[in-house]
Amino acid sequence: MNTETTKKSTPYTVPIGPVHPALKEPVMFTFQMEGEIVKSVDFAPGNTHRGIEWMGMRRNPVQIVHLTDRICGICGIVHSLSFARAVEQIAEIEVPPRADYIRTILHELERMQSHILWAGVAAHELGFDSLLYLSWRVREQSMDLIENLTGNRVNYGIVQVGGVRRDISDEQLPIIEQGLSYYRGLLDQMKTVFLDDSTIRMRCRDHGLLSYRDAQLLCAIGPTARASGVAMDVRHDYPYCAYGDLNVHPVIPPQEFGGPHGDVYDRIIVRLLELAQSIDIIQQCLDNMPAGEILWEKKIPKLLSVLKKAHGEAIGRVEAPRGECMHYVRMDGNDAPATWKVKASSYSNLMSWIPMLKGEQLADVPIIVASIDPCMSCTDRVTVIQNGSAADLTKEDLTRLSRDKTRRLSQC
Amino acid sequence: MARLPMMPELLRQLFRKPATNAFPARYLPPSVTKFLSSVAQGEAAINPPVPVPPKFRGKIAYDRESCIGCSLCLRVCPAHAIEFLPSTKRIRIYVTQCIFCSQCNDICPKGSLHMTPEFLLACEDRYAETQIVE
Repeated sequence: MNTETTKKSTPYTVPIGPVHPALKEPVMFTFQMEGEIVKSVDFAPGNTHRGIEWMGMRRNPVQIVHLTDRICGICGIVHSLSFARAVEQIAEIEVPPRADYIRTILHELERMQSHILWAGVAAHELGFDSLLYLSWRVREQSMDLIENLTGNRVNYGIVQVGGVRRDISDEQLPIIEQGLSYYRGLLDQMKTVFLDDSTIRMRCRDHGLLSYRDAQLLCAIGPTARASGVAMDVRHDYPYCAYGDLNVHPVIPPQEFGGPHGDVYDRIIVRLLELAQSIDIIQQCLDNMPAGEILWEKKIPKLLSVLKKAHGEAIGRVEAPRGECMHYVRMDGNDAPATWKVKASSYSNLMSWIPMLKGEQLADVPIIVASIDPCMSCTDRVTVIQNGSAADLTKEDLTRLSRDKTRRLSQC
Repeated sequence: MARLPMMPELLRQLFRKPATNAFPARYLPPSVTKFLSSVAQGEAAINPPVPVPPKFRGKIAYDRESCIGCSLCLRVCPAHAIEFLPSTKRIRIYVTQCIFCSQCNDICPKGSLHMTPEFLLACEDRYAETQIVE
């Protein structure tokens, strides 16, 4: 930190990060404080850039699908599904209906485990560690279900371009039903434990406010936007997989909890209600599951040769547990795609930190930062290094970079 | 009046067994390496891990006899963990690099590659005998 930013008179500067016990993932915050109150805040992501896109542009789509599993530890299905959907659009591959339903079931199971994980983290940030342990214990059931269906707990490797790699057998159906009824029985208890608790209410109600207008202006997405009353959900607005057949509506905080305030408490409500929604969606999928193939092309060499001939560009959009996730892919008749760009969902939500944190106390920073469920390692796509140190880019630099990229893309 | 709905659940927890499976031992041994070597000699007993699910993807197994050396698996391995040996027309798999996606199992025309349930693969030497499958 340089000397300019360390002033002793108010407002004084409090840096938090890039690595700090209060933050789950590396990001650099610079707070301008007056007493305990945050006057203004700035943040700098980009500390966990891993160059996954670079790796991807040297591999064929069948390899990249497994690479996308590793972008995020929690959103394993989300990224591979998003990438697979982009490639399927380019190569005009039609996914069999059964594969779409299996994708939807796993997608929702993943949302369930992600939301319970978040609930535990939120409890931990409030100093409520017993609730963290309890929520992570009940999360195990969804992890076990995913493990049973895909073979592994975290890196599922179930999505393939043109379908899924594993079918759900008849023996597995009762296991899923059993898991769903386990969560159905838990829902009321979870709502009571999280929403009736005086401590949680005290710490979260009217803290970290994001108004409806700010949520729209800053393009917030997912539960963060829905908690502010913005009714948007890719599953409803732009149905993919089996969501077109199912009854899915964006969850916004209902009137019984006082309607949308846009505070941390509302984000808890939205995630808990989405848990119930996910159970419902999986049940609908199980009831309507069609029979048939699970892959567009079983022979991988044939699939590879089809993908090699593909020309064009597409965007795969998926509603991740944190919001919309996007993969842009451009193929130009080579093994590897010409361009692959990942926009993880947290990227759109990061800017909403600034209005949320303004006017809050320093002690509220961890829960407010955690309330959007940030996933820095998925988000960090760029690190700028000049002469060995991170450098600022001016507007002219960015314009030049942008023009160069347009030129590069138009050549292929 | 403060409402604490967690209290009854917390009191119930006092009389319940821990949900965590204490693996490999109930209490952390002073040295895990020494503990594991004494297990190997039969002096200590290991607390068994949670059983793996059906069709779990663990360490890769390779059937050298049925392999025809088509090297299709090299084309789909995302981690470049497979090496083709031109002299014998067979492959060598580096387990430390493998990401357990089992894509090579799917593409193999002869079914020479399989995933085993073995998952305790940690090792200090990445070129140890256990870490290379030929």
